Amino acid sequence: MTETSTPRRAVPLWIQIVIWIFLVGLLAIVAVELSRRQQGTVQPGEVIDDFALTFYSGYELDGKTEIKFSDLRGKVVVLNFWASWCKPCEQEAAELQQAWTEYEPTGEVVFLGVDYVDTETDARVYLKKFGITYANGADLATKISQYFRIKGVPETYFVDKDGVLRFVQVGPFVSIHQIRAQIDPLLK
Amino acid sequence: MSKRRLSNTQYAILFTLLATLFATLSVALAQGPTPTDDEVNKIAKKLYCPVCENTPLDVCPTEACRQWREQIREMLSEGKTEDEIIQYFIDTYGVRASGDPPNKVASYLIPAVAILAGTALLLRALQMWKKPKMAESTVPAKEAKHVHQDEYFNRLEEELKKRK
Repeated sequence: MTETSTPRRAVPLWIQIVIWIFLVGLLAIVAVELSRRQQGTVQPGEVIDDFALTFYSGYELDGKTEIKFSDLRGKVVVLNFWASWCKPCEQEAAELQQAWTEYEPTGEVVFLGVDYVDTETDARVYLKKFGITYANGADLATKISQYFRIKGVPETYFVDKDGVLRFVQVGPFVSIHQIRAQIDPLLK
Repeated sequence: MSKRRLSNTQYAILFTLLATLFATLSVALAQGPTPTDDEVNKIAKKLYCPVCENTPLDVCPTEACRQWREQIREMLSEGKTEDEIIQYFIDTYGVRASGDPPNKVASYLIPAVAILAGTALLLRALQMWKKPKMAESTVPAKEAKHVHQDEYFNRLEEELKKRK
């Protein structure tokens, strides 16, 4: 029996290049995703992109069943993410409604409730229980919460008249003063 | 035996009662029987909790999941099919409710190609570790042994010469 050895065949250069490009690309994707996950919510100073919100019947905004966020330019927007299954949301529900009652007559402030992964039946029970009257709608396909990269509910975003995010409240408000403290400077 | 005739008020009450009974029966028949937990869970196990990641809906203890299961029960009693219910959840809560990745092509293709590329690189590395000794010569193994021995003797002689 004779044992022969053959000379080494080099892998073609183009294959090596393709493999390396692919591996570097894969690492880049992983890095971007990791970075995105650690980014946290949308940060103050960022201009909020346009999105649509469809309201629950009986909780429309100025009679409109759906609005685009860009339609609200020129007004201060208080965007509150909540859910009927969220106990901390109940802690701030009364404060938010009270604040809305105070600012609604000015016509310069809009409160929007965004109901996160909830059922409409339970959402309606919640809205009725806390006597909420400001506009509310479901976060359909969680598109809005994904854009804002919310970490949970409740979270509230204060957007100025130019559509720039000014403050993010993570967790419930403990008093109405906290809400006033964010809205009043944006009205000046 | 005296016959008693119903007054107009009594007729009105009787009519109202019958109408209410008819309406209730109609609603009950239209909704069908209340779906059992097994029927609800059969669909729930194909959906995922919106709050806790990677937890199937049928075993999730959170309030959000309980509400979702009730939603399934309600839709089943309305006569919706399994596909319609799952599609409703995807439309309302996003694709993650179904457990499917948002971008199927990228999610399946990238790992597959990565595994293939990794395997190819590993095989290549193993070849590189094995081949160098064999690649030095193309002579048959028996002869190669002699060649190696000759080389050894030659080097040994050279070393000895140097020392002299």
